[in-house]
Amino acid sequence: MDEPLMVQARGLRKTFMVGRQPVEAVRNVSLDVPAGGLLALLGPNGAGKSTTMRMLTTLLPPTAGSVHVAGIDAVAEPALARRQIGYVGQKHAAGENYRIRDELITQARLFGLSKAVARERADEALEMLGIASLGKRAPGTLSGGQRRRVDIAFGLVHRPRVLFLDEPTTGLDPHSRAGVWEQIERLRREHDMTVLLTTHYLDEVERAAGQIVIVDAGEVVAQGSAAELRGRVPGAASLDDVFIALTGRRLQATGEAYSHA
Amino acid sequence: MRKFLRDVGTVFAREIRPELRSPIGLLFAMIQPVLFLVLFGPMLSGADLTEASSSWSWFVPGILVMMCLFGPLGAGHSLMVELSGGQMERFLATPVNRAALVVGRTAKDLVTLLLQAVLIMAVAVPLGLDLHLPGAVAALALLAVLGVGLSGFSYLLAIAALPSGNLFWIVTQVFVFPIILLSGVLLPIEAGPGWLQTISTVNPGRYIVDAARVLFGGELLTAEVAQGLFAAALLAAGGLWLATRAMRRGV
Repeated sequence: MDEPLMVQARGLRKTFMVGRQPVEAVRNVSLDVPAGGLLALLGPNGAGKSTTMRMLTTLLPPTAGSVHVAGIDAVAEPALARRQIGYVGQKHAAGENYRIRDELITQARLFGLSKAVARERADEALEMLGIASLGKRAPGTLSGGQRRRVDIAFGLVHRPRVLFLDEPTTGLDPHSRAGVWEQIERLRREHDMTVLLTTHYLDEVERAAGQIVIVDAGEVVAQGSAAELRGRVPGAASLDDVFIALTGRRLQATGEAYSHA
Repeated sequence: MRKFLRDVGTVFAREIRPELRSPIGLLFAMIQPVLFLVLFGPMLSGADLTEASSSWSWFVPGILVMMCLFGPLGAGHSLMVELSGGQMERFLATPVNRAALVVGRTAKDLVTLLLQAVLIMAVAVPLGLDLHLPGAVAALALLAVLGVGLSGFSYLLAIAALPSGNLFWIVTQVFVFPIILLSGVLLPIEAGPGWLQTISTVNPGRYIVDAARVLFGGELLTAEVAQGLFAAALLAAGGLWLATRAMRRGV
């Protein structure tokens, strides 16, 4: 029997006007994420990953196509869909003049939780991410790794059914990256949370046991598990080989940009 | 409606918290109006200022309106920082009512403004302001309506100015001074040449300043008060509506 889908996108398109020229940032992207599953959108900078993510999280209306989150039509009923979503963007979520714990409580309140429950959830989120001692600190006093954990706390403080993470490990050192992945795996394991993330780090998606959607120039180039994708390209030893075979370019494992192979 | 009010309360509580924790910023914003009171106000003591009972009841209302232009009209700066910083994106991915994001922030601006206005009046009384309490309270209410409108326009500007922010600075820095001068805040418009008086008739600030002066003089029900209230209400309705619409459309 098929598993129920937590995220379903069909024929997503986004066209921006740059001056008078239409630019297609996302072209006909379709994807499915089953409940409790993990899906990684993999691609170079400018591939359309974040634009896709913003459409899936109701931050950007699609030019065409449909999005369903937890069975809710996110294009027609964005406010309802947002109740099911936790979103961790690329930028830092906590305001500079605010204390971390206060901000988390505010976040939980915006999802309709009472003050008492919001306080409880904020403390739980801080505890879960190993940053309980940072609650009274201002964001500016934290390290990069600590700030990213705080960002993730914002995404899960209200216990969403689906957690969207846009480049959750970009700019972090290897130790902090491993820490963030540990938390993502823990959320899936202990809370049965569905996770959809974007990344351009090959080593991360290679290790994570989930579905991978390779995106390039706004289009889905291939999708499947790491093993399935490697199997499609004869002689491919890594996802890097798969990416080169499919796009003619190299997706650098640790860099910000990609280059011609 | 219940959810809207709850969201307004949550946004307001978030915005007011840093001000309460560190009220120095609130006092810092008062330096300029206090300097005007202390260093400019006394120079008006011998001036013929139309029908005002004293130079102070003529000058203080203008200073309060000026404070309104610098405070609430500059309030969009914090929104602009959060829009480019990513905090607003986090808010927009929640089910928060979009109008509540504007109204909650505006409510905080309003509380800050009224607190500052009361402090300015407290400073002005020893200098010679003859305080008519009902009129002063009504003037504060007028100021509050104006503050709501200017905050709304400021948030609209902040959204429209992205990503560079240039538009926000051009409008708040370049256009504020002509508005202040053409409102007759510092000197009576009636003393100016005809062309200046004609231009000032299209400036809503002039009507609001005139109304505040009448109220500070102790009169409540006059044509000037009605005109000023109408101008402030128009700005409030327009500012709130446009800012809320911009927020709903997504930023």
